Amino acid sequence: MKTARLNVRRGAEGDAPRYDEFAVPFEEGATVLDALAWVRTHRDPSLAVRYSCINANVCKECTIAVDGKVVYACTTRLVADRAMKLDPLPAKRQLRDLVTETRPPRERLT
Amino acid sequence: MYAAISAARAGAGQVLLLDKSLVGRGGATIMAQMTVAAALAEESDDDWRWHLADTLEAGRGLCDETLAAVLCEEAPIRIREMGEWQVGWARRDGGRIAQVTAPGHSRPRCCYVDFLNTGPAVAATLRRQVSRIDAIRRLSNLTVTDLVVNDGAVVGAVALDTASGEPVTIQAPATIIATGGLTRIYRRNSASANMGGDGYALALMAGAPLVDMEFVQFFPIGHLAPRLVGMDPIMWDPFRYKLGGRLLDGAGREFLTRYGSDETDAYTTPRDIASYAITKEVAAGRGSPHGGVYLSFEHIPAGELRAAFGPVIERLAKNGIDLAREPVEVSPIAHYHMGGIVVDERMASPVPGLYAAGEAVGGANGANRLSGNAIPEALVFGERAGRFAATANRQASWRASAAAEAVGRIRELAEGRAGDVAAAALLDQLRALMWDDVGPLRHAVGLERALARLREMQAALGHVAIAPGRVANASLADWFELRASLIAAETVAEGAFLRRESRGAHQREDFPDADPAQAASWRTAPNVSGAVAGLMAGSS
Repeated sequence: MKTARLNVRRGAEGDAPRYDEFAVPFEEGATVLDALAWVRTHRDPSLAVRYSCINANVCKECTIAVDGKVVYACTTRLVADRAMKLDPLPAKRQLRDLVTETRPPRERLT
Repeated sequence: MYAAISAARAGAGQVLLLDKSLVGRGGATIMAQMTVAAALAEESDDDWRWHLADTLEAGRGLCDETLAAVLCEEAPIRIREMGEWQVGWARRDGGRIAQVTAPGHSRPRCCYVDFLNTGPAVAATLRRQVSRIDAIRRLSNLTVTDLVVNDGAVVGAVALDTASGEPVTIQAPATIIATGGLTRIYRRNSASANMGGDGYALALMAGAPLVDMEFVQFFPIGHLAPRLVGMDPIMWDPFRYKLGGRLLDGAGREFLTRYGSDETDAYTTPRDIASYAITKEVAAGRGSPHGGVYLSFEHIPAGELRAAFGPVIERLAKNGIDLAREPVEVSPIAHYHMGGIVVDERMASPVPGLYAAGEAVGGANGANRLSGNAIPEALVFGERAGRFAATANRQASWRASAAAEAVGRIRELAEGRAGDVAAAALLDQLRALMWDDVGPLRHAVGLERALARLREMQAALGHVAIAPGRVANASLADWFELRASLIAAETVAEGAFLRRESRGAHQREDFPDADPAQAASWRTAPNVSGAVAGLMAGSS
């Protein structure tokens, strides 16, 4: 079976930048969010990812940077022939791993 | 969101609108594609009593008729109000709101915002209204973990601020559960991430009974293959009834007629019967390669397809789907939950201070929900819950010690701990278990297996590993989701085990017929520990 490789930025705000590589079973048509969910279930449950609608393209919560480009993880297709580099949104404060502070300021308690 | 609007309108000076996700971005409403049922009589004669008759018929004898009547009578008011708030209902040339006949309706009654945009438009409209009201404070990424009960009344809540990992206590004279349902506990689902049954678990732990929990609506033609990205899996329904898409077995043969449904003239098969027929075909080895059946539009001329699908055709093409040339595979998919919290016509639960709105309410839809009734329910029940909660007398006062255990649990778990199993893995197992053993087709053997496994998983909660680090700690959030989902799952499995007949969305292989003696609702009784204590027959 083909695999996809993800290089995922890890750590909390202020930690030294670090990337973990995960090999994920590749399925035709699968998305980056599918792969991240697979990693959380089968490899590392501590991986922090923000998402809500999963696949419907309505919530916009899973916005991250893939190979430097800002995209929705749920609509970006996985590729099998090279490692994909996943980073949190560059213009937002990182909380942990791929999760950034995307709450509108008035909707935050802290 | 509507409950918050309504509470402020009724005079509540301070309304807190909490969301596990981002306010107004998660939940079920935003996922809805079409349709919204209301007896507006724009296309033909209609009356809310006829809408009620269709709702009761679809509910297979189990609807709470008081709630169903409230829903049908007030739906037109709320739907016209959404129109005044510029939701953008599709209109005919003369300006009348367009209404179509969805399955189970006796006349054209279902309005929509065109091209799969109904839910996002309703959610955006409510977000806009909420943002204009100063009395409403919105807070995102707060996961309510427990309701606080003092002197037998709900007096507030404890929440986990998932961004900071800190506990938050909220004092409130009235609390409304508007969390949606539990469809996320099924492997095949059309749910957003936060539909894991939290609201039911919170209510049960606070002492409020639940009703009709065994009735999970499996939307019959959820998208299965080829992989479809960026579109909700329930998108096919409106096109099926606009164009008459044909359902075919793995060999390309029609099969619905064998289940007593003739679709020669129009798409009329109710959801429960269609789901049952597809599940039986697959079980008999007559399914499609991915375990569903085919939905074919190949008989429709390309021009007609383009006119009906509009911009959706391009989105499908991006997914490599050309409807003129090949069918897609579809399968039943957990879509909605009929059961929920027991409430009266004020949306008040039997526990003082606790209300419910939307899908979290149980009873209005009985054993099977009529298509188009979910968004009216969110609006109508939300309006009532907000109004009555805002004007009710406070039943008991806040007591910090009543919140101490819940606050302490968050603090303790947020420290992280070693363990031999991950909540994320258990959630994955839970979804598989519920699909396989408590899914569209049930049997005592599978249900007993599921109940035993659910109890093992509940025991495993005590030794689930949690990673260190409070900020945005995914494994900490998973623990609370797992706890809630296991409670919700057990109520479904228990109800399904006890209902020894087939009715609506609940289909038993070992009891394939409806039993008139069981035409009543089961209630799940709470106990102090929050686990399911037992069921008591309630009047429907």
